[in-house]
Amino acid sequence: MTLASALTDFIRDAVDLQVQADAIGLGAIFALMAVGIGLVFGVLRLVNFAYGQLIMAGGFALAFAGERGWPVAVAIALCFVVVVGLSLAMERVVFRPLRSQSPAVMLTATFAVAFLLQSIALLWFGPLGKNATSLVSLNRPVSIGDVEIRKITIVAIVTAAVCLALLVLLLNRTSIGLHMRAAALDFSTARLVGVRATLVSSVAVVLAGILAAVVAVLLTVQFPTVTPTFAPRETIIVLAGVVVGGMTRLLPATLGGFAIGYVSGVLGAALPSAQSQYLPSFVFGLVILVLLVRPGGLFIRGARTVERV
Amino acid sequence: MSELALRVSGLDVSYGGVAAVRGLSFEVGSSEIVGLIGPNGAGKSTTLHAIMGLVPPQGGEIALGGVGIRGKPPESIARSGVALVPEGRRLFGELTVRENLQLGLAGRRRGEANGSELDDVHELFPILRDFAGRQAGTLSGGQQQQLAIARALVARPSVLLLDEPSLGLAPTVVDLVFSTLEAIRERGLAILLVEQRAQRTVALADRTHVLANGELRLTLTRDDAADTDRMIAAYLS
Repeated sequence: MTLASALTDFIRDAVDLQVQADAIGLGAIFALMAVGIGLVFGVLRLVNFAYGQLIMAGGFALAFAGERGWPVAVAIALCFVVVVGLSLAMERVVFRPLRSQSPAVMLTATFAVAFLLQSIALLWFGPLGKNATSLVSLNRPVSIGDVEIRKITIVAIVTAAVCLALLVLLLNRTSIGLHMRAAALDFSTARLVGVRATLVSSVAVVLAGILAAVVAVLLTVQFPTVTPTFAPRETIIVLAGVVVGGMTRLLPATLGGFAIGYVSGVLGAALPSAQSQYLPSFVFGLVILVLLVRPGGLFIRGARTVERV
Repeated sequence: MSELALRVSGLDVSYGGVAAVRGLSFEVGSSEIVGLIGPNGAGKSTTLHAIMGLVPPQGGEIALGGVGIRGKPPESIARSGVALVPEGRRLFGELTVRENLQLGLAGRRRGEANGSELDDVHELFPILRDFAGRQAGTLSGGQQQQLAIARALVARPSVLLLDEPSLGLAPTVVDLVFSTLEAIRERGLAILLVEQRAQRTVALADRTHVLANGELRLTLTRDDAADTDRMIAAYLS
């Protein structure tokens, strides 16, 4: 096969509507993860490497409920309780006491929490994990015109849009949202004017936890086998997307998460199967390239607001 | 002196073993302006930061209306009725003027909000109503200073701390800031003013303490404002 024909095949596959829909669906899920990571980073200046393990815990909760034949609604509720509960415990036991420590200390702490949760999952559920099959029927396709799109793709896009819209409303229309935005811009000054540090931290962690639970539900539909390594790989990819988009602002971080999900989806589908093993190399090579060109973030405006005198 | 609002007694603050404030004591009553002046490194800003809970004192007491606030976190002190206008203003430049003012409401004491806080500061600084939808970072220095003071006032504090509010402002804006402080005093607030403009501060304040090397060296009254020699001597002592 010549390079020209390989390139033609790649472009044909990449622009295929079904591939595009799946890529947007994956981008939507990654965008939700990016928001969760970005919210905690914004308020606590903490890169939470344990975010993937929260999603893993949600996946195991779904599998646990599914094994016992509990109704889907109960399984989803259990997933939310487990993930939000773990998020709060993480914040109370680890993040809050270490809030005044250096970023390196906090980063190391999140690594420790990540490996602790992964080890506990390994002990409880074994390396092969469990199957969460309650919602696998959402993998069936529906026909829209000539294109067959999996229901989960539509559900993921709609869910992400609704979650992001609600979050934007909360951040822009409520008092606690304003306090969170202020804390993200300048935590120390926010405290000076009376913004309660503990409250905004807890709300950020709970919101991130809710988003992690949503992602757990969406991901287990697409990947029903939940293992102790479920989601951490995606978390690393999303973190790269968040950094590429712009870590210090929520919208650019979200766009970065979406972009890397979308690119992963397109490359994963369009690369020939013999080359698909190189997907992470392509993605992270692209990340390095973007960071070299735009170290502050792809979606961050270059100039900051300057005081007019 | 009128009703006691803030009492600082025997305050000691150190940075890494180096004393920044040593045994400082003073009081501020309601409807009073007390000035803190002195050369750079005298401990003026450190005193404000200690009152606000930004730096931990090694000794001494800080009481608000007779209740100790030493050791409390900044947000708790803000909610107790102390508001700081920090040096450099520290506004949220990307947020609008309205949002900056709404943030000031976070420092309200429980049960004291009645919805008229914003109207009151708009009366004092009408320009903030006109620019309500603008990003704070796009305002001029003088307008930003008005916003910083307004943000502190919407919390309806009993004690207002100001750290060099005239720094970097044009003379006409400095006049506005000082006249505003007089108007605020009329409303019954206790004001602790840290300033580099010594003569103006002495002329405005009910009492002005001169600090040097973290210690209180001298207390001046309005009558001393014209006594330039005494002020220079205090600075050089």
